[in-house]
Order: sequence, then C-alpha cells, then structure tokens
Amino acid sequence: MTTIVDVCGLTKRYDGGFEALKNVDLSIAQGEIIALLGPNGAGKTTLISTICGITRATEGTVTIGGHDNVTEFRAARNLVGLVPQEINLEPFEKVINTVRFSRGLFGKAPNDAYLEKVLRSLSLWDKKDSKIMELSGGMKRRVLIAKALSHEPRVLFLDEPTAGVDVELRKDMWDVVADLKKDGVTIILTTHYIEEAEAIADRIGVIAKGEILLVENKDDLMTRMGQKTLKVDLATPVTTIPDVLKDYDLVIEGDGLLYSYDTKTDRTGITGLLADLQKAGLKMTDLQTRQSSLEEIFVSLVAQREDAA
Amino acid sequence: MNLQAIRSIYLFEMARFFRTLMQSFISPVISTSLYFVVFGTAIGSRIESVEGVGYGAFIVPGLIMLSVMTQATSNASFGIYFPKFIGTIYELLSAPVSFLEITVGYVGAAATKAMFIGIVILATSFLFVDFTIQHPLAMIAFLTLTCLSFSLLGFIIGIWAGNFEQLQLIPLLIITPLVFLGGSFYSVSMLPPIWQTITMFNPVVYLISGFRWSFFGTADVSIGLSLFAITVFTGICLAVIAWIFRTGWRIRQ
Repeated sequence: MTTIVDVCGLTKRYDGGFEALKNVDLSIAQGEIIALLGPNGAGKTTLISTICGITRATEGTVTIGGHDNVTEFRAARNLVGLVPQEINLEPFEKVINTVRFSRGLFGKAPNDAYLEKVLRSLSLWDKKDSKIMELSGGMKRRVLIAKALSHEPRVLFLDEPTAGVDVELRKDMWDVVADLKKDGVTIILTTHYIEEAEAIADRIGVIAKGEILLVENKDDLMTRMGQKTLKVDLATPVTTIPDVLKDYDLVIEGDGLLYSYDTKTDRTGITGLLADLQKAGLKMTDLQTRQSSLEEIFVSLVAQREDAA
Repeated sequence: MNLQAIRSIYLFEMARFFRTLMQSFISPVISTSLYFVVFGTAIGSRIESVEGVGYGAFIVPGLIMLSVMTQATSNASFGIYFPKFIGTIYELLSAPVSFLEITVGYVGAAATKAMFIGIVILATSFLFVDFTIQHPLAMIAFLTLTCLSFSLLGFIIGIWAGNFEQLQLIPLLIITPLVFLGGSFYSVSMLPPIWQTITMFNPVVYLISGFRWSFFGTADVSIGLSLFAITVFTGICLAVIAWIFRTGWRIRQ
C-alpha cells in the first residue's frame, strides 16, 4: 500500500518543557481508516494539530502525499481536511457561506454543485441557508465535516467527531466515514469511543503520554491480545471448585463457571475441561464464549505502560 | 499565491460588514451630523475661519480621519481576533495559505470598510458645509494609505489581544486621544508655542495635516513630511507583521 502520511521522529515540546509528543513515528497507508486511541492528554490532538500544521513540531518531520508539511506546506495541506474536536463555527454565518469559505481557503474555485453533493450526503442541504447558531449540536458537527470535505481532501482527520452526539447520529457518521473510504479517502480518527474504533477502523493506534504504544491491524490486535472466556452454566451451582477441575483456574460466576483461554495457543483446553466437568458429575445447561473487547485491550495496554513507567 | 483564499477571507469579512449595514452606515452619519451641530454650528459660529477656510469645512478632513483611523483599527483587530476567540482560527492555520495572504484578506477588508465609512462621512459633510476638494487624487491616496496603515495596526492589535478588553485598550487609550490631539478640530498654529512643539511628536498630526492639505491646499506641516510620516508608519506596521509571520507569535504554537 502507498504511504500517504508519514510521521518521523515527531516531538512537540512546549515552552514550559512539557513534551506532548515524544519521538512519534507513524505511517498511514492510502485509503485506510486508522483510529488513534488514548486517554485524555495522551497527545492525540497535538499529533493531529502538528500533522495539519496548526502546531509547530519541535523535532521530526511530517510528509503528506510525499510533501513536507513545512517546506511544501501548500501541496501538503491541499490534501488534508480537518474536523476539530471543538465545535468552532462562526455563529452568525449561513451554512452554505461557511462551507464556501472553507473551499475558497484551500484555493479551490467555487463549485456549488459539489458543495450541494456534500451537504446532501450529510443531510444538511435543507439547512444550507440557516445560520449556524440556529442548528443543533449534531448538525453543527456535520457542518464541521462539510467544511473539511468542501475542498475534496484525500486525507481526513476526525478529532473525536462523535463526542457528545447521540447514538443515531454517531451511526450516521460511521456511514459517512464508510462512504468516504469507498471514495478512497484516508481517514485518521481519534476517539474516546472504543466501540467506534472497533466498528470502523482498519488499524488501531494506541497513544499514551505522547508515545505511540502500538499500531496494528484491528483484527490482528484483537486476535493477538484478545482473551476469550467460556462460561459454563450448571444445572446445580457449586460453591467450591471440585478437585478434578483445580488445574483449569476456573472462577465461580453466578450459577456457572468461567474459564479463560488464549486464542493464540494450539490447545485451548476446552475439550479437556468439558470431559472433566462430566467426570466431576456437573451437569451443563448452557455454554457461552466471549471475546475481549477492544476497550479491555486498550485499558490493559495503557495500564501496562503506566506500570512500566 | 492563493488568490482564492484572499478572495474568500475578503468576502467573508465584508459579509460581516454587510450583515450590520445599518449600524455600519447609520452610525457614522449620525456621529458626523452631531459633530457638525456641536463643532460646526455651536462653536464654528464663534470662529470665522481657520487659515482662510470656514470652520465647518475645516473640520471635515479631521472628522473623516477620526472615524477612518478608529474604524480601520477596530475592524481589522476584530476581524483576526474573533476567529481566535471562537476557535475558527484552526481553519486558517491548517489551510494552504501564507500569513501574507491572510493579512491581505483581513487588512484589505478592514481598509475597504474604513474607506466606505470615510466616503459616507464625506458625503454627509456636503449636506452641512460647502467646500471643494483641491487635490482629489491626493485625497484618495491619503485616505487609502491611512485606511491601510491603520488596518495593519489593527491587525497587529488583534493578534496581540488575549481578550476583548485588550482589543479595545489601544484604540481607546492611545489612538482616539492622539487623533483628538492631532489637529482634527483645530490648526496646530492655534496652539501656544510650547504645545505646538509637543504636538509635533504626535504622528497623527502629520496624517491629518496631509489629508487637510489635499482638501484646502493648506497644512500645518509640509506635504512631503506628511507622506514621509505615513510611509514610516506603514513600514513599521509591515515590519511588525513580517516578524509575526516569521515567529508565529500568538498564533501558531
């Protein structure tokens, strides 16, 4: 895959000495959706701001489409659209005018037909003559996306685009992101909603305290780090683990037993467990398996990092 | 050069002006009318003429300069401060535009608005007093240069300001007093000798004097000195903005 965004050794140190980014390396392939996860203050927004040119890097380089974002800032920024975390919009301006303004800023000639297409895709066309201050919070977020898309970017940064929006709108946004991906737009997304990353991202990056802890294909990550659990519901609940099952490290949970196993290993121990449950004379009423969520993986990664520090 | 960006910033800023057209148009007309009533009629009736020009006509260039300088400064400062205040500055910083293009867009719009107000005041003045402009081209040149230079100053103030109080600080505490004490309503020659000397340290004196010369052919200081003063002032503003571009001071962290 062709790399469209390449971040090398990026460090951002503020005047007070605080390092918001520490020697960050990140390569983003054309057409992929990468989700950056991290707790508050991890450096997600600083990373996006530095790539987009809002913040100056202390050390390191960023290239977008092969163009350095400092020495060839026009060519680099032409490719980029940014949806900021905060709803930053001119309240008294009409929707259509603010979108036209964004397109013009990026040096694109007026094209109302294209803007109509963008506004329709975001269900904003009916509101095109409304003032920003008259819109709901969700609509304002859509306007931010429309502004970012107004100049036909090839790379779109979405900085927590669904923060504070209702579930329905969040799903709508995911659909918009999916459509953009179909059009070949590369999407870099930061989010607190791990469910969001799990639903739409191709790759996951985890960032904490200004460092990238990992960047990995989402499915590989879930397989590699994911633990599965097998819940065995029993006809007659037990209060202690029978001796024949002591080796399985079982946990009593409700009316059943919980068995954790690693999907990476060849032998999960499930067959033996089921046989030994019979030997112990325990009658099973139901079996359920559950995979660790991305959220659990994320929490575990950040916790490991903090322990190491 | 990203001309589309300059056009977009310019039109966006002008749209803000036209949204408040009544305020933009009516306010200078009313203020000018009041100045003519107070200074032109009440005080002017006791002053026959100043340097051969009727007092009512004499104050016209000063009135125009007073409004143009304050409006250019406040429009330009607000124009760049407001995006900082509401956070939309992110768009300017992430777009493929240079600071030069940003400055041309904002300063151009602020200067246009100030020019518009200057012309409205001039037109209103004709309703109250009878006069002819002796050097119309020089008048337009002085007006344009003043609009541009004070818009540049306003742009610097807007970048510097961290809150609305600071935004008003320099226009209210420095520019307005300098304009009032710069010969807007009197000739410097009417002052006692010591105050004539002190007044010469006020840069606004040179601008108002040059502008008045374009109207009546008489001035407190030579036209060459006036042109030199406005050129130096514009040069200083441009140098400060160039430094801001280089360092990203108060804009880009």
